[in-house]
Amino acid sequence: MLWYTGKRLLQMIPVFFGATFLIYFMVFSLPGDPIAALYGDRTPSPGVIAQIRAQYYLDQPLLVQYFHYMVGFFQGDLGTTYSGRPVSEVMASAFPVTARLAMLALIFEAFAGVLVGLIAGLRKGKLFDASALVVSLLLISVPTFVIGFVLQFVFGVQLGWARTTVSGEAPLNELILPALVLASVSFAYIVRLTRASVSDNLNADFVRTATAKGLSRPRVVTVHVLRNSLVPVVTFLGVDLGSLMVGAIVTEGIFNINGVGGTVYKAIKLGEGPTVVSFIAVMVVIFVLANLLVDLLYAALDPRIRYAK
Amino acid sequence: MTQIANDDVFQTLPASPTTTDSASRQPLLQIRDLEVGFQTQHGLVPAVRGVSLTLYEGQTLAIVGESGSGKTTTAQAIINLLAGTGKVTAGEILFEGRDLTKLSAKEIQDVRGRLIGYVPQDPMSNLNPVWNIGYQVEEAIKANNVAQGKREVRKRTIEVLQEAGLSDAADRLKQYPHQFSGGMRQRVLIGIGLSARPRLLIADEPTSALDVTVQRQILDHLGTLTRDYGTSVLFITHDLGLAAERAEQLVVMYKGKVVESGPSREILANPRHPYTQRLVAAAPSLASRRIQAKKNPQADAEKIYSEGSLDTGLIARATKRENAAPDRDLISVQGVTKVYRIRKGGFRSDELLAVNDVSFGVKKGTTTAIVGESGSGKSTVAKLILQLEGITKGRIEFDGQDVAGLKGAELLKFRRRVQPVFQDPYGSLDPQYNVGNTIAEPLLAHKVGTARERQARVLELLDQVSLPSSTRFRYPSELSGGQRQRIAVARALALKPDVLVLDEAVSALDVLVQGQILNLLTELQAELDLTYLFITHDLAVVRLVADNVCVMKKGQIVEAATTDEVFDNPRELYTQELLSAIPGGNFEFGR
Repeated sequence: MLWYTGKRLLQMIPVFFGATFLIYFMVFSLPGDPIAALYGDRTPSPGVIAQIRAQYYLDQPLLVQYFHYMVGFFQGDLGTTYSGRPVSEVMASAFPVTARLAMLALIFEAFAGVLVGLIAGLRKGKLFDASALVVSLLLISVPTFVIGFVLQFVFGVQLGWARTTVSGEAPLNELILPALVLASVSFAYIVRLTRASVSDNLNADFVRTATAKGLSRPRVVTVHVLRNSLVPVVTFLGVDLGSLMVGAIVTEGIFNINGVGGTVYKAIKLGEGPTVVSFIAVMVVIFVLANLLVDLLYAALDPRIRYAK
Repeated sequence: MTQIANDDVFQTLPASPTTTDSASRQPLLQIRDLEVGFQTQHGLVPAVRGVSLTLYEGQTLAIVGESGSGKTTTAQAIINLLAGTGKVTAGEILFEGRDLTKLSAKEIQDVRGRLIGYVPQDPMSNLNPVWNIGYQVEEAIKANNVAQGKREVRKRTIEVLQEAGLSDAADRLKQYPHQFSGGMRQRVLIGIGLSARPRLLIADEPTSALDVTVQRQILDHLGTLTRDYGTSVLFITHDLGLAAERAEQLVVMYKGKVVESGPSREILANPRHPYTQRLVAAAPSLASRRIQAKKNPQADAEKIYSEGSLDTGLIARATKRENAAPDRDLISVQGVTKVYRIRKGGFRSDELLAVNDVSFGVKKGTTTAIVGESGSGKSTVAKLILQLEGITKGRIEFDGQDVAGLKGAELLKFRRRVQPVFQDPYGSLDPQYNVGNTIAEPLLAHKVGTARERQARVLELLDQVSLPSSTRFRYPSELSGGQRQRIAVARALALKPDVLVLDEAVSALDVLVQGQILNLLTELQAELDLTYLFITHDLAVVRLVADNVCVMKKGQIVEAATTDEVFDNPRELYTQELLSAIPGGNFEFGR
């Protein structure tokens, strides 16, 4: 197990460098001159241009630029935004907000999704199952911003239960409504995934054997059906954790949250290379770690995987 | 195994409680006019139609029938394990005088495990892969209040597993099902079934997924245990020989009905119902007379030759075959070795010697059987000959040509001449392809003929495997196992090959269907001058079809001779063991 974890951590290294280089390459080969962007309408003297080019290694090949960037990255120097703010500072304010939002969403979709999926799977073809299927289909097919605006209007404006926009500090209680919106689509997928998995496992031979042993129904369901059904759900959650961290742009926009999604979006629009690359480097790490977590959870849930690798 | 000595007694002294003295005993289980149906979109489909049977205390009763006969459904109805929409619609199941069909969910839960144990069919799928063995046994012990307290439960768990034949149970409690062999898993399941010392044990094909020698050990063991505890056994099987050997009473089921019942030997010696007669006739057995006649097609052929009743084309072909280098092997396997590397975490790997210095030859128009238990390397030999795997050492020649280095067009040419048929007729046909496309696919892959010609060939092939031409529009899911295997044979024949490699091609089939396919294969061999390489674990089948036999054990050929020699004078101890493990092998069936 330890060996396996170590091996997976080692595998992260090429993934990290590969992904960041790719991003670096794409960002800096975008059309547009960074110096022109920096100075806007003014035109600096050729001497200044040369000096800046040398300072930022712009006169060197891309690989060397990337190398210098990475050296800085590991020393904690992530560069500055055009407004002169260090990128590390922007990150420190954006990531905690997004992390809180993503965690809330993840917890909601995991617990509620598995619960609803389990009940639907156990009562396949009954009313609860049919309603769960209809609701999940609705959540999947309606775009997030529609769900967002509707919930914002109902709970924020009409009922007044929640604030329509989140304040700068983004405390947990204000994030509940955005988290529900963010989780809605994944919740629907998890309901369907759990339901299918549960109804498959219900027909498994070992479940019949467990019943034949004289076990009670609740025990058969929790011990022999649920654990086996969680394996695909865990995979999904792992991938989803990554996209929740990154893909909250729409939700963040609706509720005016200063999170990662919005920041990266703005940075890309402005062509702020250092910001984009730094954010994405951190995201890659989060993605890879989330995947590692999934694989470890996998092994914990299914012993066959533990020994196969 | 120490209990083998006991079990010989068990085998040779059967049927002590016959109908005469069972009258004085209490019936433990009485099923009366049981009807079970499955709810489908088209209404209720009956699966069991008016079954009645009586099982006395300490008795073993076997329900015999082909798949779909309702035998398993009957057994599952007893403790309400019916899958999905299955429901008892009429009749009663009296167990110790109580009607089990009228019990509440809570009451039947109390009966399960404690009073009636259950040993399921497939050891591979009946243990939960994510829980360790110890946990799964402990669970049964706790649920039935056999022992209290953590330590007592643990102690009892080890006891139960040791009784079931896992001597190192104490060390293996923390292991998971996938770390156990099939035989070991079945022992665990038997341990679970008997853990609460039930009055009745339902054993649903408990060994059909296992090798014959393992099957024998397990059944011997099960016999000893149930006899020692005085447990009654309801034994479900499709294997008539097995039933006759293990049970005192037989109930033969066909299409949901009981067609015949009574003491085992009586039924086998003198089957009255036509279906039972067919079953008895089809049962491959070593001592049966039908095999004696069947296994010598040469004699038949000679007779036909002399009488001049065979069509001249065939005679010409046969003569040509005899003249054309009759001594040369079509397939020649010379000192072939195959080593697999097994990854063991990190960069280490173990070597597994799957096939070790194997040599044999197959002459044109003959059938050579490779026999062995699972893990003996017999299927690997098939893969090597088919060029699906590369050989590590040695040489395989086909028609005088080394096949190891074949590439591109040469390899395709080889593939046209050597075609496989695999074991699982459910897995080897594409469910999305209709039968016609499936059969035509090899033709298409090898760019043979025009669409019209291929169509004609499909019809011809369907005719050869005795299926109606309308079959070509149907899909695998609409066909029976036997029909699917016919299609697999037709597909293999599409390219007019010289050799068919049949890897357990009839093992998954019911005995009657198996007989039909074997007949078909024999006919096709005579008609098309085919050479068969027949991979199987079933010696009884070998006797029906093979001219030569190679017995494999642990990657090596331990005995190779003509079929008659192997069966009449097995030289190796291992071959003798295999032969004696065939259920009902030494049984003289009435025919």
